[in-house]
Amino acid sequence: MTSPDGDGLRVRPRRHPLRWIGAAVVFLITAAVVFSMVTNSRFEWDVVGQYLFSRPILLGVLTTIELTVISMVIGTLLGTLLAIWRLSPNPVLSGATGIYVWVFRATPLLVQLLLWYNLGALYPQILGISANDLITPWTAAILGLALHQAAYTAEIVRAGLLSVDTGQREAATALGMPPTLTLRRIILPQAMRAIIPPMGNEVISMLKTTSLVSVIALPELLNTAQTIYARTYQTIPLLLVATFWYLVLTALLTVLQSVLERRFGRGATRRTASPLVEFLATHTGSFAAAQGGRGKKRTEQHS
Amino acid sequence: MTAPLVQAKGVRKSFGRNEVLKSIDFSVNAGQVVCLIGPSGSGKSTMLRCINHLESIDGGELTVDGDHVGYQLRGNVLHEISEAEACRRRTEIGMVFQQFNLFPHMTVMENLIEAPIRVKKERREVAKERAAALLTRVGLEGKTNAYPRQLSGGQQQRVAIARALAMQPKLMLFDEPTSALDPELVGEVIQVMNDLATSGMTMIVVTHEMEFARAAADSVIFMADGRIIEQGSPNEILNNPHNERTRSFLARVL
Repeated sequence: MTSPDGDGLRVRPRRHPLRWIGAAVVFLITAAVVFSMVTNSRFEWDVVGQYLFSRPILLGVLTTIELTVISMVIGTLLGTLLAIWRLSPNPVLSGATGIYVWVFRATPLLVQLLLWYNLGALYPQILGISANDLITPWTAAILGLALHQAAYTAEIVRAGLLSVDTGQREAATALGMPPTLTLRRIILPQAMRAIIPPMGNEVISMLKTTSLVSVIALPELLNTAQTIYARTYQTIPLLLVATFWYLVLTALLTVLQSVLERRFGRGATRRTASPLVEFLATHTGSFAAAQGGRGKKRTEQHS
Repeated sequence: MTAPLVQAKGVRKSFGRNEVLKSIDFSVNAGQVVCLIGPSGSGKSTMLRCINHLESIDGGELTVDGDHVGYQLRGNVLHEISEAEACRRRTEIGMVFQQFNLFPHMTVMENLIEAPIRVKKERREVAKERAAALLTRVGLEGKTNAYPRQLSGGQQQRVAIARALAMQPKLMLFDEPTSALDPELVGEVIQVMNDLATSGMTMIVVTHEMEFARAAADSVIFMADGRIIEQGSPNEILNNPHNERTRSFLARVL
């Protein structure tokens, strides 16, 4: 039945009863896990609390952050250069970078770290400096992490550069923009939209990968925790301490990633809100104002 | 008599084994509007792209205002010059593309001032002032802060024309500027191009819009299979074509 003028009809959105059942199941499982974590005394939460903000652990966290930042910065810069060279018309450049990417992606990082750490066995003297002075756990870690990361970054950046329409380069060229300026102002900023999400994952992955350098006795977060439990035998609580900090740092990085994605998404038509945020917005109304602000302005201009 | 602004002599161009331009000769005087017409694959777009050295040529000679764009004549040989030097010469040639190719991460204003500021080292205020005037000229003064994707195709193409004009070129190249547009949006772009033609801009236009050719062109060139088959005034070419190929092409498009 339709009403003659179409006015009298109410629209009822589809209901989703299964989602509520799903939510209940998820809630129950979570509650069970939390209950066991609280009641099982072998978690030794008191020991976790005792070490969580202890000085050695905080120093380990700091070292982990430093390793992540420094190797990501070097890895990203080098990787971007590699990607640009890889796409260069110069066959020597593109071939050499191709080999680099192959070598550094085709060997396990753990092996690379151990090799760098033992470089002194190959070259006792490097540029006149004793290898033992030059190759500390710290430099071996940075070398290993950064050079390995550069190979992965190169592939991500290359894919990003290729995702930009060739018309963009032509338009910039026709305006008299030289190749480097075109790359910096036109191609890279657009490639960023394709580069940022995977690079965000790379940073998060790097944060956790730094734990590998514990094998060359660099006191980052995991190595510090291991050193302590080697002495006190409180293995589980100290691993939980490390877990806690990895979770916190990853959460912070995830927030940073979404901010960056929004920043480089300028000019693109898109919806930023995740399904969960939209769900909450429509069912509570409280998110609507905060989330709608930026996007709404755009759609108004569209008319 | 002054030298023509654009002069092509025996221009040849191949993509691999496929020869797309087979000895092209034509000239365009300053202030003239020339339309290149012809079936797809006839080489007209390639011809246009050779003029500002987006494509290199394999033989012959192509000059804009006496300059070999992208080349330097030494002895009897044209040497391809560095990309940076080619860029400097390109600043005097504006180009409008079929797919607009606006920079999507920049606002309309940023699109217009990017090259004047970065390439011609103009002061920001100067560039913005001219950009604003150009946007008014193409009827988009209200869209300064919009992003390209928020505009219709016709509006985007008008911004693209304004962006090319912001470099104050002495020659404008149009590569099928209305082919990607919905039919109802073609008129607004044609109108801007007509105004530009009236203002005395030298224009070379690859187009399927025969009405534009009839109204605005001083000369029409019909190309097929990499050759110029016929050229002359719009009336000659569009109304009384001598060549059979021109006739059959026009019969299909008009």
